[in-house]
Amino acid sequence: MAELHQATLARDESLLVNDAKAGNYAAFEELVNRYEKKIYRLGMNITGNREDAEDVLQEAFLKAFEHLPDFREDSRFYTWIVRIAVNEALMKLRKRRTSREVSMDDTDDENREVVVREFADWKPNPEQQYARGELETILQNAVNSLSPGFRTVFYLRDVEGLSTEETAEVMDLSVGAVKARLFRARLKLREELSKVFKRGSNS
Amino acid sequence: MNCNKAMKEISEYLDGELDKALQLTLETHLTYCNHCHAVYNTTKKTIELYCDGKLFALPDDVRSRLHEALRRKLQSCCSEETKK
Repeated sequence: MAELHQATLARDESLLVNDAKAGNYAAFEELVNRYEKKIYRLGMNITGNREDAEDVLQEAFLKAFEHLPDFREDSRFYTWIVRIAVNEALMKLRKRRTSREVSMDDTDDENREVVVREFADWKPNPEQQYARGELETILQNAVNSLSPGFRTVFYLRDVEGLSTEETAEVMDLSVGAVKARLFRARLKLREELSKVFKRGSNS
Repeated sequence: MNCNKAMKEISEYLDGELDKALQLTLETHLTYCNHCHAVYNTTKKTIELYCDGKLFALPDDVRSRLHEALRRKLQSCCSEETKK
């Protein structure tokens, strides 16, 4: 059933893309309406702040609009727009390269052994114990501890639900590299969140 | 299976990508090792927290500015077409 639904959506999407390419703006707007929330969340997750996330959102859809005639439809429109948005987000981070926040050196993280230090279980339902804004800050701080390539792999695989192969395509990585990054990203995020959520912590 | 090995397999186990024999060995380890079980549980919870669709919601004003920017782009494209 889910597969049938996916197939219908894909066919529907390709009709919208065709109409948009033919100059039907309403069709393009429908594509924007479908994915704007996801692309904003992608921007928030990768860049870590609202201003940059808004820039990523605008730039990604403006570029998609401009380059739509070049979109050859060998992937889904969604994968295409995600790829544009990921590039925009990583470019934003590169511009901040000299600032304290971001290390772009993924290979460093890739070779580093993940050390698990927090073994305690968490207090139940942390999402119910914090206000939404507070929880967003906690999650964002943990994501910021990852280098950009790792947080992007985590976001695409675990939040957006892209397959390992799709993630590899978007990131120009091998399937093995995607799996290795995902493993490290998950454990590192868990480690960071454990500092806040573990049983016996004060917050 | 020792804890180091178990840690390495937890991620693929969460994706359901372990082969049957390895999966059984890991599951056995998780039933008696509290540390690894906590790591498994909290890694799963980590993913769930980030998947919460209510987080990082698109604010209305950001959405309006996006659609305005797109319409401006459309108009500038149209006027260029007319000039041609």
